[in-house]
Amino acid sequence: MNFRLRIWRQLNLKSSGKLVDYDVENISPHTSFLEMLDVLNEKLLGRGDEPVAFDSDCREGICGTCSLTVNGEAHGPDHPGAVCELYMRRFRDGATITVEPFRVGAFPIVKDLVIDRSALDRIVQAGGFISARAGSAPEANSIPIPKHDSDLAMEAAACIGCGACAAACPNRSAMLFTAAKVSHLSLLPQGYPERDRRVLKMVQVMDAAGFGNCTNTYECEAVCPAEISASFISKLNREYARAQFRRRLGE
Amino acid sequence: MIGTLDAKIPPGPLAQKWRSHRDHMRLVNPNNRRKFDVIVVGSGLAGGSAAATLGELGYRVKCFCFQDSPRRAHSIAAQGGINAAKNYQNDGDSVYRLFHDTIKGGDFRSREANVYRLAEISNIIIDQCVAQGVPFAREYSGLLANRSFGGSQVSRTFYARGQTGQQLLLGCYQALCRQIAAGTVEMFPQTEMLDLVIVDGQAKGIITRSLRSGKIDRHAADAVVLATGGYGNVFYLSTNARGCNVTATYRAYKRGALFANPAFTQIHPTCIPVSGDYQSKLTLMSESLRNDGRVWVPKRKEDRDKPRGEIPEADRDYYLERKYPSYGNLAPRDISSRAAKEVCDEGRGVGPGGRGVYLDFADAIKRLGEDVIRERYGNLFEVYEKITGENAYKVPMRIYPAVHYTMGGLWVDYDLMSNLPGLFVIGEANFSDHGANRLGASALMQGLADGYFVLPNTLPNYLASQMGKRPPPDSAEFGEAEGCVCARIEKLLSVNGTRSVDSFHRELGLLLWDKCGMSRNEKGLREALQKIPELREQFWRDVRVLGSDQDYNQALERAGRVADFLEFAELMCIDALERDESAGGHFREEHQTPDGEALRDDERHAAVYAWEFQGDGQDPKLHREPLQFETVHLAQRSYK
Amino acid sequence: MIVAITGIILILFVVGHLLGNLQIFIGPDWINGYSQHLRDLGPLLWVIRSFLLASVIIHIWVTIHLAIENRRARPEAYIDRHYVKADFASRHMVMSGLIVLAFIIYHLAHFTVRVTDPRFGLLKADPLGHYDVYSMMVYGFQNYFVSGFYVLGLFLLALHLSHGSSSFFQSLGLNDKKLTPRLALGGRIFAWLLFAGYTSIPVAILLGIIKPAQQL
Repeated sequence: MNFRLRIWRQLNLKSSGKLVDYDVENISPHTSFLEMLDVLNEKLLGRGDEPVAFDSDCREGICGTCSLTVNGEAHGPDHPGAVCELYMRRFRDGATITVEPFRVGAFPIVKDLVIDRSALDRIVQAGGFISARAGSAPEANSIPIPKHDSDLAMEAAACIGCGACAAACPNRSAMLFTAAKVSHLSLLPQGYPERDRRVLKMVQVMDAAGFGNCTNTYECEAVCPAEISASFISKLNREYARAQFRRRLGE
Repeated sequence: MIGTLDAKIPPGPLAQKWRSHRDHMRLVNPNNRRKFDVIVVGSGLAGGSAAATLGELGYRVKCFCFQDSPRRAHSIAAQGGINAAKNYQNDGDSVYRLFHDTIKGGDFRSREANVYRLAEISNIIIDQCVAQGVPFAREYSGLLANRSFGGSQVSRTFYARGQTGQQLLLGCYQALCRQIAAGTVEMFPQTEMLDLVIVDGQAKGIITRSLRSGKIDRHAADAVVLATGGYGNVFYLSTNARGCNVTATYRAYKRGALFANPAFTQIHPTCIPVSGDYQSKLTLMSESLRNDGRVWVPKRKEDRDKPRGEIPEADRDYYLERKYPSYGNLAPRDISSRAAKEVCDEGRGVGPGGRGVYLDFADAIKRLGEDVIRERYGNLFEVYEKITGENAYKVPMRIYPAVHYTMGGLWVDYDLMSNLPGLFVIGEANFSDHGANRLGASALMQGLADGYFVLPNTLPNYLASQMGKRPPPDSAEFGEAEGCVCARIEKLLSVNGTRSVDSFHRELGLLLWDKCGMSRNEKGLREALQKIPELREQFWRDVRVLGSDQDYNQALERAGRVADFLEFAELMCIDALERDESAGGHFREEHQTPDGEALRDDERHAAVYAWEFQGDGQDPKLHREPLQFETVHLAQRSYK
Repeated sequence: MIVAITGIILILFVVGHLLGNLQIFIGPDWINGYSQHLRDLGPLLWVIRSFLLASVIIHIWVTIHLAIENRRARPEAYIDRHYVKADFASRHMVMSGLIVLAFIIYHLAHFTVRVTDPRFGLLKADPLGHYDVYSMMVYGFQNYFVSGFYVLGLFLLALHLSHGSSSFFQSLGLNDKKLTPRLALGGRIFAWLLFAGYTSIPVAILLGIIKPAQQL
């Protein structure tokens, strides 16, 4: 198969970028999208051009490193799945494919298609944990957790932290990411003691990081490779309201 | 002259060793802990849990990872589960049984005392993870669920869907985040360790390069902990993530740390085969598929491109059922892997490149119906279809073995300290617990045991004697190491040849897979030992790395790693040659039972082989650590 | 959350307003009586009006503020953009909202302040000085441009509400995974029922089903 690629090239955050056209030929339909980019990079190297920088690691859809917008969709047209799970057979032979980075103000561009997602780490650092000192844990079966709650917590915990939710959101909101972590931890009894503090601080840091606001368009859940439901955002809103109310009451 | 190593195993009965050792180790006063800097390289299950726990204890920790976030370490990709001897199922499990299974699974090439400690700690790992909010699978009672895994006779595996590694890693990532917020851990993402600094014979710092800016930095500390994972990517294609590399451990080896058992690598039999030269990685499919699928290839080479329907039963070779009638398609990992390679070597392999065998569900579907198969393996069939575009309900699946885990690593004593004082090695990066073969659901257990519970107890034992001995980062040793790092980067950029880094890596991978892969023989290994230096020489003459070192330069990163793989590969082959026996994942064709089972030589090789670097172009020096089996009896594995 | 709460208030008003207006189909006395009844509330009417006005202002103020933040969150737009799930209505809430605002201003000027149509002054009030709202509506809507603009305004209002009337459940954390798609469907039906209800009046007038009660 042959493709015309329009790829965003940008030297670093300070310089401005542009789309550059490249052609790739003789691509097997079983090539993954990222492997197709590998092939392109080999070709660029051969003619002395600097390869296109893009992120990837596990290449099986679990690490959340890859982050491309393909033809205007975060992770490309094959949902649910990360872009490393996208295969060229999904495209028409001869198609023109536009490849852009995740464009989110809170994710500054490092180079070409590589972005800096440390804002997501900062949200977790603000409170996305249960404080459990190694050595102080009680026996694992001492707190039974209803299967339903535990399964739901697992659904929320499946987030791979890729940031596609924010990238796809018309407002660049990171609500789905934050909601998934808040929901995971507040659904479990272990997470109750820090419940209010957690949601308030995480939302505060999320806002400060420069993400937009949720207007419930649900574009996030449509592109989420881990199929995190936007109903967790509802849960986050509920948790937030509860925490605000209790804090006011407490004061 | 062969050196002998002392693992410093505490005296006393096996079950008491760890406890009595803890009773007697030196401690660091809480007020003094903040005076100690500890470097942790790697942020996976081992590194992440160690950094978080040491931070919580009050040490000043610097944690480094090459990924853009600690949450992306490759531990995240582990699927199956984590073992623990909780005996929640009342099916006869115990610490001793887990210990025994692990020793036996490792084909009696691991240390009894370490493995016993691992089994002992397994239980509190589960407690710790549950307390952190890891959503393990539960029963309707609300209590934890277990499954049996990897042919174990008891159900001792805890799991979180097919994402156990992810959930455990997120648990420890969150603990790490908490310490980062508390200021006890300083995190350096996208920073790669490029050298270890030794001062007065002790590991006292590292040289790093920021992958973002290319900046080279010196970091001095009172101790260095390496948790940098395995070296499976030396084969180019493996189930490891693209970024996994041997650089940190190999650099430590070149600074004097011993590398133990590098030949012990594990091959997983059910991966999706390679579809073309462009392929960058292999994806694992759960072994459980072999419960219902039948493995076969055509009897004649000519048939290999024909669709299944055109190959009548009589022309099919169900080779596992033929060779191992009692175990059939469920023959152990290493046996079925080798059998697959054999038939493909004969030219009967199916699919692109002839590197694949059929795993056929037609009979199972006929017998049980498609719905039952869908219920059992639906998600795996989906993964398969996503990657290959084939519907495995209609056409047979194609599978092929792939490198999956490496049991070898830097040599460590009972305290997880290498022969270099101050250098600790944990997780897959060390060699200690899995012997010649790792059992399923044990890697996660080891990583967390080391990070949460072993290292935080043994590290103070070393630190207690190191008060005030941290060298300044402007000392001569740091300058020398930084100089080496810079010179090497400059050299990589200045070759300006014609070939890409990946092309060398791919060539090395093919060579190793062929000569030092799932089966090895003396002739092949000697050939490899001849070819690897040639390839290395070619690399330094003809590699092409564009761009600058002051920038985000992915090709430069990879070039450095592949350069290390090109040296490390040689060490691997030397070890494989030296270990003139078959054990676990290391199969020497010269040593097999009539049924093709690995044949150990306990007389000569019941030992750890640890290699000491002697200088470029020189053969490394061998050290032996004899393995004493006081509790278990050495026995031949049998799958009859 | 503030947007959601003020939104609910405004949705309630829109429903009430429709119910009031639909009385036009019953006859002049009903609707005139209803409007007189409202005006007889005196100071209370002003309380309600100010409350609604405050809701509108807060609703808009906060949304504009959020919209600015959202704009800031995306310094660079995608060159190629394809939405998977976010529909037109949900992506253009600010635009539809602002046009609805323009419509409301015109609407108030038209019927409440009565400055846009000179003919309204010619309409006789009843002996007690009560306005003939019925006739005002009929004459007002007989103009195709006025009716056209109303239909357009209402269309955008319906579009706005097709997202907004289910979205507030999410913002207030009142839904879950099962409820969300049902609420979304319900919200859409609700919004277009409102549209149908409101537009039925000018349509009926233009078709001559409703005739003026007094001649100019």
